[in-house]
Amino acid sequence: MNKRKKKADAKKYPRRITKRMLREWAQGYFSILPWLIGIGIFFVYSMIRSLQFAFNTVILSGGVQLEPLNYTFENFANVFAKETSLPILIGEYLTNMVLRLPIIVSFALIIAMLLNSRIRFRLGFRMIFFLPVIIATGPVMAKLTGQGAGSIPLISQETLATFLSIFPDYIANPVRDLFSSLIMILWNSGIQILVFLSGLQKVPFTLYEAAKIDGANGWETFWKITIPTMKPMILLNAVYTVVTQSASGSIVDLISSTVTEVGKGYSHSAAIAWIYALLISLVLLVVFLLFRERSDKNVKYETKRVVKRG
Amino acid sequence: MGKKTGLEKEVLRLRWKRRLIGTTKHWGLASKIAVYGLLILFSFVYLYPLLHMLAQSLMSTADLMDTSANWIPTDVSGENYEKAIIVMDYWMSLLRNIYLAVVPTLCQTFICSIVGYGFARYNFPLKKFFMGLLLLSYLLPVQAVSMPNFLLLQNLNLTDGTIKPFLVTSLLGQGVNSALCILIFYNFHKQTPRVLLDAAQIDGAGYFRSYFRIAVPMSTAAILVVVLFTFVWYWNDTNLVNLYLGGYHKDGLTTLMIRLSGFEVKYAAMEFPSITESGLLSRQKTTMNDAIVMAGTMLSILPLLIFYGVLQRYFVESVDHIGITGE
Repeated sequence: MNKRKKKADAKKYPRRITKRMLREWAQGYFSILPWLIGIGIFFVYSMIRSLQFAFNTVILSGGVQLEPLNYTFENFANVFAKETSLPILIGEYLTNMVLRLPIIVSFALIIAMLLNSRIRFRLGFRMIFFLPVIIATGPVMAKLTGQGAGSIPLISQETLATFLSIFPDYIANPVRDLFSSLIMILWNSGIQILVFLSGLQKVPFTLYEAAKIDGANGWETFWKITIPTMKPMILLNAVYTVVTQSASGSIVDLISSTVTEVGKGYSHSAAIAWIYALLISLVLLVVFLLFRERSDKNVKYETKRVVKRG
Repeated sequence: MGKKTGLEKEVLRLRWKRRLIGTTKHWGLASKIAVYGLLILFSFVYLYPLLHMLAQSLMSTADLMDTSANWIPTDVSGENYEKAIIVMDYWMSLLRNIYLAVVPTLCQTFICSIVGYGFARYNFPLKKFFMGLLLLSYLLPVQAVSMPNFLLLQNLNLTDGTIKPFLVTSLLGQGVNSALCILIFYNFHKQTPRVLLDAAQIDGAGYFRSYFRIAVPMSTAAILVVVLFTFVWYWNDTNLVNLYLGGYHKDGLTTLMIRLSGFEVKYAAMEFPSITESGLLSRQKTTMNDAIVMAGTMLSILPLLIFYGVLQRYFVESVDHIGITGE
């Protein structure tokens, strides 16, 4: 309603560009100028180049030269012909995502709620839980998993193996991976804890008190207040998790290793990169559709009423 | 009579409930045990790899073979660390790594701060479009553009084994996770009251003065978080270093993480110069080097741990004030 009115207004009285507005524009553009140049060169231009690589043959002779292909998707067809492991890797990527995303996000929410409650040594606990933000990347993780420090010693590997032998391989393998690197997965939830924590602190305490007075118990307040108010954070965290989990892995290694391989090269690598980009976009789309805010108007309305009453 | 006992029972039940589960104001015993138990359990899970690493790195070879010395080394020995320092050329690599991490971090923080401020404070045409582009550059995988970027930098003669490519990309807001940093600053600056900046403008403060005198001091929490994150990202990065610096050079710029990823090979070459057969080499890797590799890993994250230890108090507190959450 309001929006429509605004649009109508804008039509009736076309905006005059004043000197003041011009100055604001200039200041705005001045602020973002470095980024604007950077995004132009290192993102937009490189994107176009990368697409060109994927749809042409790259010949390296005194610089990069492009030659047209026999047919448009030749590089992509080549990728699937030469990289026989790619479909398996894609399958692994997807199952890993399906397994890890809920674990990381729900674990982060639990930890954030624990850290947000009235506890002693809050600073100390927080320091421990933010620690992975510092070290949970790169070769350190590889070295630690290599030394078997990534799995919890309390879970016996044999019991797990016998239990998993009931299931077919494509389910059993990811689950085994999941358990053997459970700590490393949990280590990846540092930033997510942080986001949930700062979100939880913004939920007005009066909401919980009002619910208590109305006779709601902890379980009910969790589902009726915490989860709805945390929904934007859940979406944000899910997106963040997908992005960071996708930033490394076997497909990424494949992209960087094929660049220098004979008979593959830039075009090949660029084609894989674009397949991967498409895959991530699809996952993000699914995440977005799952966690977006649907008809939350009711909840907001009720919250407002509760706040007013309180 | 029966009514009274019923009432008494109810009172008793409530009293026990209060003791065990607690009320809105105070926690009962059961809740306390549950919450602290969970926290301590998770803390252990979080600290386990670190403790494991520390314990292993202090063990001598005899301890490693001895299964009874699982956690506590029988005699604490620094020999692993001494060896690891030599293998990694530690002090030189450390200095170079600090240089390679600190300079881009400072550039990136400054640029992201000013860009985030620009997006939050000013309205200008195409702003929505540029915000969309910013988000897109964050969401799409870096691998799609890293190769063309490298070729571009190579054509500009910037990839000569110096810090230049890192400097250029971070100064143009395209460093490691720059988009995320810009978004953090954007969210933060959007929360600073507009009235304050308007008042400053009325008082005659120009663009630079209102940025440096008001926006920067107000965003110290965000600056702290971004500095910490960016430093960590640059410190732990191996992809960019491999790409821009061509990986490991004997006297060139390098990072401890690069040294760490080539640790086993380097160590084997140093310790057993005559053996080149991969079979023997891999066998040495699996049995002997565990403790030394752990010592090397410990050494390469030690600066981060110290950095975090110094900053953590401010960091943990500033996390409360900063709007990473993006509403």
